[in-house]
Amino acid sequence: MNEMPRPIPSQAERYAGEGEAFVKVEDLKVRFVSRDATVRAVNGVSFELARGEVLCVIGESGSGKSVMMRSLLRLHPPKRTVIEGRMLVGGHDIGAVDERTMSSLRGSTISMIFQEPMTALDPLYTIGDQIAETVMRHEKLGRKAAWARALELLELVRVPSAERRLKAYPHELSGGLRQRAMIAVALSCRPGLLLADEPTTALDASVQIQVLVLLRKLQRDMGMSMIFVTHDLGVAAQVADKVAVMYAGRIIEHGAARDVLVHPQHPYTRAMLSSTIKDRHKAGPLGAIGGSPPDLRALPEGCSFAPRCPYAGPECLPAMPAPVVGADGHTARCVRTEVVDGVLEFRPGTALPA
Amino acid sequence: MWLYALRRLLLTLPILFGVTVICFALVQIAPGDPIQNLLSPTASQADADRLRAAYGLDQPLPIQYFIWIGRVLTGEFGMSIANNSPVAGEVFRAFGNTIVIALISVALAFVLSMILGVVAAYRSGSLIDKVITAIAVFGISVPPFWLGVVLVIFFAVNMFWLPATGMGASGSESFSYFDWNDLKFAIMPIIALTLPPLGIMTRTTRAAVSEILSQDFIQTLRAKGLSEMSIMLHAVRNVMPAAVAMFGLQLGYLIGGSVLVETVFTWPGTGFLLNKAILTRDIPLLQGTILVLATAFVLINLLVDLIQSIIDPRIKRS
Repeated sequence: MNEMPRPIPSQAERYAGEGEAFVKVEDLKVRFVSRDATVRAVNGVSFELARGEVLCVIGESGSGKSVMMRSLLRLHPPKRTVIEGRMLVGGHDIGAVDERTMSSLRGSTISMIFQEPMTALDPLYTIGDQIAETVMRHEKLGRKAAWARALELLELVRVPSAERRLKAYPHELSGGLRQRAMIAVALSCRPGLLLADEPTTALDASVQIQVLVLLRKLQRDMGMSMIFVTHDLGVAAQVADKVAVMYAGRIIEHGAARDVLVHPQHPYTRAMLSSTIKDRHKAGPLGAIGGSPPDLRALPEGCSFAPRCPYAGPECLPAMPAPVVGADGHTARCVRTEVVDGVLEFRPGTALPA
Repeated sequence: MWLYALRRLLLTLPILFGVTVICFALVQIAPGDPIQNLLSPTASQADADRLRAAYGLDQPLPIQYFIWIGRVLTGEFGMSIANNSPVAGEVFRAFGNTIVIALISVALAFVLSMILGVVAAYRSGSLIDKVITAIAVFGISVPPFWLGVVLVIFFAVNMFWLPATGMGASGSESFSYFDWNDLKFAIMPIIALTLPPLGIMTRTTRAAVSEILSQDFIQTLRAKGLSEMSIMLHAVRNVMPAAVAMFGLQLGYLIGGSVLVETVFTWPGTGFLLNKAILTRDIPLLQGTILVLATAFVLINLLVDLIQSIIDPRIKRS
């Protein structure tokens, strides 16, 4: 149901054999260099994503989530950005391909939905134009065929009276409809990987759920891989197969959604989960994390969370802790985490500071 | 669209009324008595009164205004005091001479500034950006009358390539911009008139384009896989409303403000005429010229608004 009438093999089917990860990121480092400072936004991120899987990246603002996503599309200004490490998407080495190939991958193999639907669309072009433009660019269709496809796409993302909305300008649509139009643009060429950068943050609460459910359904129907950035843990629980928690440009905990969200092991993840308002007494204090995230221009030598961590000790300071990996793939980067019977376990007791 | 155009057109009517009132009042405020300029020093008070009555200058001001506006609406601007010829003919001939070189100059400045501004914004910080900025600053800073004199010295006095002043043998009656013998007279005034708007418009275009390029939707376009060329087209279209507004503004300035350049090149346009009318206190001529210029300014703005509303769909709403 709700299949696109056109039999286009999805990008995911064209590339990557069974079992092989569709997205593979190895030790990705991104830093922005300017005259007076170097900002180390991403500091060694590695993960794999099979096709059809959804990875949720959660973390505070400034933890490098969006920077990591934009790197997968190479959207950063090339002059001021240094990217190291390897990014493979559907067999393409994102770091190595030339600009021409990269721009043909953008919007077809990898596409992206942005946070702010109010400003992410060109105000002077109709919705139809903006969808058709992408289709014409990647699939060499004529204008008429591209507009027919645009109509199908608007119907696919459940925009009511789609035909009329094709000729509408962005300012004539509500935030929710604009975000749906944005999704239609992103899905127009059946991408293998969809990057969603807080796609529901700017929307009303009731619209958020609708858009989220729609995205999840389309992702399943089309068999796309999806990387979904959010700082809403409830959203993460709804859509994610895997969850990665980022802090100061590193993934500090990573694993199946259930493992990370229900049995968090890293002190940061634990603190973050306990800072939600769910199940809290109305008058009681919120469990906010003390302190503020580290300055990305001058990162501390050791564990970057140590300055805010209640369990930190001298052993946290020499270097960033190595990943501790459980049998189920649940990974945390904390010296107080151990593998017990194949399962990660947090051991706070041993060296609590007095 | 048509409703918007109609509404916008109706809105210009009170503006035009205001223009005529101010135009009429300005001349009344100006010191000096035109009648005294016409009479010989030995003329009697009776002669002066008779002449005053003949021109209608003895009536109360509101009556003078309504008589004047009634004539203006029938296309009669009165007689010039200085040379006793109909003002309308003189003003429209001068306006024709001015509007053509002003249009050519602004169009030239517009096209060049779009190219230069877009390139500068796109290659911001590079050598070519700095060169373009230097050209723009030169254009803004150089006084056009000084440039006019330098052009005359170089092209006319030293090189003998172009005629120094005037409109040539054809005069404004049969002047043709398609005939080199006539056109060569217009070249230097056009250069002198093009440079200042070129500088201002290049700076503004550069600023507007780099503002657009920093907006979120440009990133969306890039994420869609569009080529840099297509992204540039989106940016240029977004800059257009601002660019058209500049076009209108600069054209308005050139129509009224080319007094100095027209005087340097003795180009018989409105600036030249205005200068003459002020110096001889020729009130009917002055009124007629200012009225035509102000009306043209209002109409240009109307046109700019309509064009903007075609480019930017958000304007019609508000």
